[in-house]
Amino acid sequence: MSIEVTTTTLERPVETTAVVPVPESDAEPTKLHDILLINYSGELERVWATMLLASTAGAMQVPCRVFVTFWGLQNFVKDEKRITGKNWMQKMLSVMSRPGISHRPLSKMNFLGMGPWMMGTLARQQQNMSPRELLEIAQEMGVEFIPCQMTMDMFGLTRDDLIEGMGEPVGAATVIGLMSEGSSPLFI
Amino acid sequence: MTTAEATVTVTVDTRGLSCPMPIVRTAQAVRNLPSGTLLEVLATDPGSQKDFVAWSRSTGNELVSQSVDGAVYRFLIRRK
Repeated sequence: MSIEVTTTTLERPVETTAVVPVPESDAEPTKLHDILLINYSGELERVWATMLLASTAGAMQVPCRVFVTFWGLQNFVKDEKRITGKNWMQKMLSVMSRPGISHRPLSKMNFLGMGPWMMGTLARQQQNMSPRELLEIAQEMGVEFIPCQMTMDMFGLTRDDLIEGMGEPVGAATVIGLMSEGSSPLFI
Repeated sequence: MTTAEATVTVTVDTRGLSCPMPIVRTAQAVRNLPSGTLLEVLATDPGSQKDFVAWSRSTGNELVSQSVDGAVYRFLIRRK
């Protein structure tokens, strides 16, 4: 994603009608704890919230990892993949719910995709970023997305099914280890 | 014009964008700037008033001043 930065020397300061006092900040920046988001859900609104928080953490230079598990892994399958899995049950699951971050259903008011379409249209009107755009920003800002090995096996997903830039697949012990070492966890 | 105003060389225009884009765009812009650079950010997202204070605290970039002009918020930031 490109950024638009205009380099200009201001002729005059912007006219201001009210000046808001800036609260006193500590001399030292606050000590930053790692954040561990657990993306469990494949529902649009939860994916959106996950990506909003992840991209914000990246922008705030707060170390952030996102552990992706169960239905969450469907968000990280490449959008163009239609059928995933090795056996017929895994393939059937991907047919019943199309994988990819651009194909997420709403938990409520899905109405065969009408709900997500309206949400997406409203978001564009408000110039909100889509989950996919926020995911790209988060990755670019250094947020690490880590797939769950066990879920990959269960759905028959390979590294090639997943988007570029994902971390090495790990298991529950890695997640518990991070939490016990002080990462603030959030289960979404 | 104050001395600080005179040395503003970069403007990040996030008017019209909603959360979290004002701070995301600012973070992206700040990365490519040398330390000490003064930049101004324009935003229309009311939440950005508090968000820039939090962003400044966590990243260590100094929020020099913030002001409101009608519906436009203006933040003056000095690159750490």
